[in-house]
Amino acid sequence: MITSLLSRPVPATILVIALLGITAYAVSHFPRSIVAFMLFQASILLLYFASMPAWLKGLLTAGALGVLMPVVGSINGYYLEIAIQVGIFVALALGLNIVVGLAGLLDLGYVAFFAVGAYTWAIFGSPQANQIFGGSAFPVPPAWFFVFLLLGVGVAASAGILLGLPVLRLHGDYLAIVTLGFGEVIRVLANNLDKPINFTNGPKGITPISRPPIFFDPALRALGIDPNPNVVYPLYLYFLVLLIVGVTILVNRRVEDSHVGRAWEAIREDQTAAQAMGVPLVRMKLMAFACGASFAGAVGVLFSAKQVFINPESFTFMESIGVLAMVILGGMGSIPGAILGATVVTVLNLQVLKGLSLWLNELRNAGVTIFGWSLANLPTQLEPAKYERMVFGLILVLMMIFRPQGILPAQRRHRELRDAAARPEN
Amino acid sequence: MDFPLLIGIFPQVLLDGLILGFMYALIALGYTMVYGVLEFINFAHSEIFVVGAFVGVEILLTLQAAGLLEIFSPFLVLLVVLLLGMLASGLLAVTVERVAYRPLRGAPRLIPLISAIGVSFFLQDAVRLVESIWRNAFNLVYPTMDTLNIRYSFTETLDVSVKSLVVIVASLLMLWGLHALVNRTKIGKAIRAVAEDQATASLMGINVNRMISLTFLIGGAMGGAAGVLFGVQYSLINPYTGFIPGLKAFTAAVLGGIGNIPGAMLGGLVLGLLEAFAASYLSLLTGGAFGAEYKDIFAFSILILILIFRPKGLLGEVVRERA
Repeated sequence: MITSLLSRPVPATILVIALLGITAYAVSHFPRSIVAFMLFQASILLLYFASMPAWLKGLLTAGALGVLMPVVGSINGYYLEIAIQVGIFVALALGLNIVVGLAGLLDLGYVAFFAVGAYTWAIFGSPQANQIFGGSAFPVPPAWFFVFLLLGVGVAASAGILLGLPVLRLHGDYLAIVTLGFGEVIRVLANNLDKPINFTNGPKGITPISRPPIFFDPALRALGIDPNPNVVYPLYLYFLVLLIVGVTILVNRRVEDSHVGRAWEAIREDQTAAQAMGVPLVRMKLMAFACGASFAGAVGVLFSAKQVFINPESFTFMESIGVLAMVILGGMGSIPGAILGATVVTVLNLQVLKGLSLWLNELRNAGVTIFGWSLANLPTQLEPAKYERMVFGLILVLMMIFRPQGILPAQRRHRELRDAAARPEN
Repeated sequence: MDFPLLIGIFPQVLLDGLILGFMYALIALGYTMVYGVLEFINFAHSEIFVVGAFVGVEILLTLQAAGLLEIFSPFLVLLVVLLLGMLASGLLAVTVERVAYRPLRGAPRLIPLISAIGVSFFLQDAVRLVESIWRNAFNLVYPTMDTLNIRYSFTETLDVSVKSLVVIVASLLMLWGLHALVNRTKIGKAIRAVAEDQATASLMGINVNRMISLTFLIGGAMGGAAGVLFGVQYSLINPYTGFIPGLKAFTAAVLGGIGNIPGAMLGGLVLGLLEAFAASYLSLLTGGAFGAEYKDIFAFSILILILIFRPKGLLGEVVRERA
């Protein structure tokens, strides 16, 4: 019934607007209700599927993300925090989608580029750089954040090229292992480069990292709004994330059907054939690496500014696999897929697993008995919030076995996998 | 530079390197055998190894709780634990292949690899889940057995514990056993035939699926044995212990020439020795600027260099390019 409703423009529009309104209302009135927030996200997903004129769809999306979400978030900051995290992972997933989904290069150390971006701003946007250069010239003024946003792109892209140059001659699974090794190397370096010269402050991490300046402060005052940083910053960061996600989506879409994007897909399908058709393999692969890395770099800069504190713990192999799971879940090479995958996985980790943990704790404290067995005896080490790996693992295995093209498959990818399945075993 | 110190610690470092090397060699066999047959990196092998270590610690802790650990000869106990650990890991490897890899045979190459990564992550937390429910703890310590901890001092700087000797002897026996199995028996011949050419092997009346399962069983058992020995040697284990040794063992397999069984043994030993020397000497030679923490970077750099300059490894055949 819902599908038939969604396929007709007028009822679809009414349905979607109604759902957005109801769920947004529910979210703002039930603080910390996981279900309400997920329903709100689901109605945005419905908006994607509903058939209506493109301009209307764009308007509604902009309304939901640009107006409803901030309003809900300013009533309940917890949701805004989650929305920011979702945004960060959406941008990361879209970046990895270029490398894995379009070019077919399995990068298991993607988080390294994220780390490079994060440390770029962390070192210069905090007094940390004084340890390297001496004096007390640092941190640089907060306004430099925007310069570093671009710088982060450049540094991460260079790291991508530096890694890519030697290893891109390797194929498939070897490349995967080498990128994994690279990810670990970056983490080990971040952990240990506190001596002989203190670059990263080792496992203790770097703090305090400057946040971007509120340059619109006078405008807020002129409008009679109190620019209380505690209220303004989350919203400000949210819009920055939204901006980065927007740019990422735009670049992804433009690149996908450009000659570069087609070259990537040709390489993914059949490297030898692509080369025979005149696709410069190494250059194209390097571009994919650099392109994917640059998004991670920009997001990294934003991440370190948002967190104010970073240490190597945020850049483990598990994060790389988490982002990979997002791309796989949504569908390799599919932009809406990457967005959906990132949202689902992040919400699962931040809300559902944490919610389960809280619930188990309550059961423990309440000491309810089931068939004479007291729930107070539940092992204290049993904390669903700690089982992210199991979630990632299940996603990867189940998707590969049952739906390798992902939930929202890219059209071309879909065809390829179907044909591969039809091909006799070699 | 303190030359007498550098030379003095040499024998001890050599011994540590050998033990580490045998450990890597045993794990590397699992990677290399599977790669030889399926041209596929069994990413979950590091967890197969960890499961062996956990089965070992569970048996030993149970014996200890029952007060039986002191009664039997520690060597007998160790033998039983080793065999059970091998059995558990071997069966787990076969199950994983059946559930997560076999349905994907013939799919594009990255698909089974991603599935293997998923299995690896799933198993890490599955072990943690089971131990959390069972013991309410997942960082476990191997119980000490007095006989195994006796140390014999040879020189001022070298003393050898009984358990180190046990680890070395057990590894040597197993490597020899595997070598004999693969090269001198009919089953070994069948496995080699499947690795060479699956279609032809199947025409010769070899049950290819059964041989692939057998490969996983043997490789998994070797990994399980390495897990038990790892626990005996280094005592502390947790569900995530396997990741770094697994990566190193894969490096060892590539170093020796992936798909090549003697190569995996050689690669394991070389990597173990290099790593032990890097860990001990790096900080001494650089005046403390770069410490033992960099040994992991050392191993990965070797992996990258080998892949670039000699992708076929020390003893390997040419790696075939397959799209």
